[in-house]
Amino acid sequence: MKFEQESWLNERYELSLAQLCELSGLSEAELRGLVDCGAIAPADPLAREWTFSSDRLVVARSAHRLRRDFELDLQGLALAVTLLERVRDLEGQLRELRAWIPGGSR
Amino acid sequence: MPYRRRGYNAARMKYKDYYAVMGVERNASPEQIKSAYRKLARKYHPDVSKEPNAEERFKEIGEAYETLKDPQKRAAYDRLGSHRPGEEFRPPPGWETQFGEGQFHFGDGQFSFEDLDLSDLFSGIMGGRRGGGAGAKVRMPGQDYEVTAHISLEEAYRGTEVDLDLQVPEHDEHGFPRRVQRSFKARIPKGATDGQRLRLAGKGGKGANGGRDGDLYLNIALRPHRLFRVSGHDLFLDLPLAPWEAVLGTTVEVPTLGGSVKLKIPAGTRAGQQLRLAGRGLPKPHSGEGDLFAIAQIAVPSAAGERERALYKELAGVSTFNPRGHFVEEEVK
Repeated sequence: MKFEQESWLNERYELSLAQLCELSGLSEAELRGLVDCGAIAPADPLAREWTFSSDRLVVARSAHRLRRDFELDLQGLALAVTLLERVRDLEGQLRELRAWIPGGSR
Repeated sequence: MPYRRRGYNAARMKYKDYYAVMGVERNASPEQIKSAYRKLARKYHPDVSKEPNAEERFKEIGEAYETLKDPQKRAAYDRLGSHRPGEEFRPPPGWETQFGEGQFHFGDGQFSFEDLDLSDLFSGIMGGRRGGGAGAKVRMPGQDYEVTAHISLEEAYRGTEVDLDLQVPEHDEHGFPRRVQRSFKARIPKGATDGQRLRLAGKGGKGANGGRDGDLYLNIALRPHRLFRVSGHDLFLDLPLAPWEAVLGTTVEVPTLGGSVKLKIPAGTRAGQQLRLAGRGLPKPHSGEGDLFAIAQIAVPSAAGERERALYKELAGVSTFNPRGHFVEEEVK
């Protein structure tokens, strides 16, 4: 897969495991560990070679920073990443609900 | 890896008080420093913090901790003496020979500390440099930059270009670390919405020794709009209607990002009802558009004239409409 010079990080593009490691700074062992813990999901977990939707790059980069800056072990990192994703999802839902409320603010 | 220096006599740089940044005393133990870092990191780490200045604060904290956690770096820092934050100062004579451990080369009379940031100095002399100076053969990828681009809804709709000014660490041709102001022009294609990330490949820091160039990541933040609210690529607009417009139905002009359009209001429109204008939302990155939802609101004039009041009274007399009928039904149950 070749990235255009500007690309939205969304489900349209897929990254290989090696690409996701290179772009996020995570080692292959760390990334595989996060997949095993369910913190980052490949597009098809049963595929012989995993690929990841490019929006997972946001999560993987965040995981790399958290591991480096908090010196987290893999279990703690997986937990932090999962909870942060949940917070982001909920914030997204809150934004959506606010948009639907007449007179609601962002 | 060797560092050379130019004109040591002119050596000046701005002082940063790493102990004050960490909120510890100068004689704090390594445990106290670590504990302070952990507390501050939990508060200001950009991935977990909601503090408005989190990114900037965490950068300061990380920089201070990098130096103070390493006994050698801390000793070198302490030898710089204590100054006021921001004060220009000069490392004491012999400092670089004591702490540079042969990594400084003197002789070409060219090197100056003037452009140096304190953090670059410490990462350079102690940890080995990150760029491609003489002797460095390891492939080093360029640094990734991540910035938030605040754009208007109109800019997201059309696509836009943003000018970004970043202070970034770089190395000159001799391998000297320095902080430079870099200006970027980044194109944001249409399709942006709040919270979306755009990756601009190769627009980050330069790689060294064949390493790839870093990337620039733009976090898109939409500025609040006076009329529209955003959910994904859909837009929401409050549509005030006069009571008679809602009852009788009408056609009204509705603003959209692509210009006004006419919208038919069916007779009997209720407050809160959503009228969908398909494809009038934000464009999606590759194809299609979101929708615009006009949410009907019944607006009542704040002051009604005598004639209007008379007509409302007449209406009240003839109408059998009971908007609270369901209250009664609930009570019966």
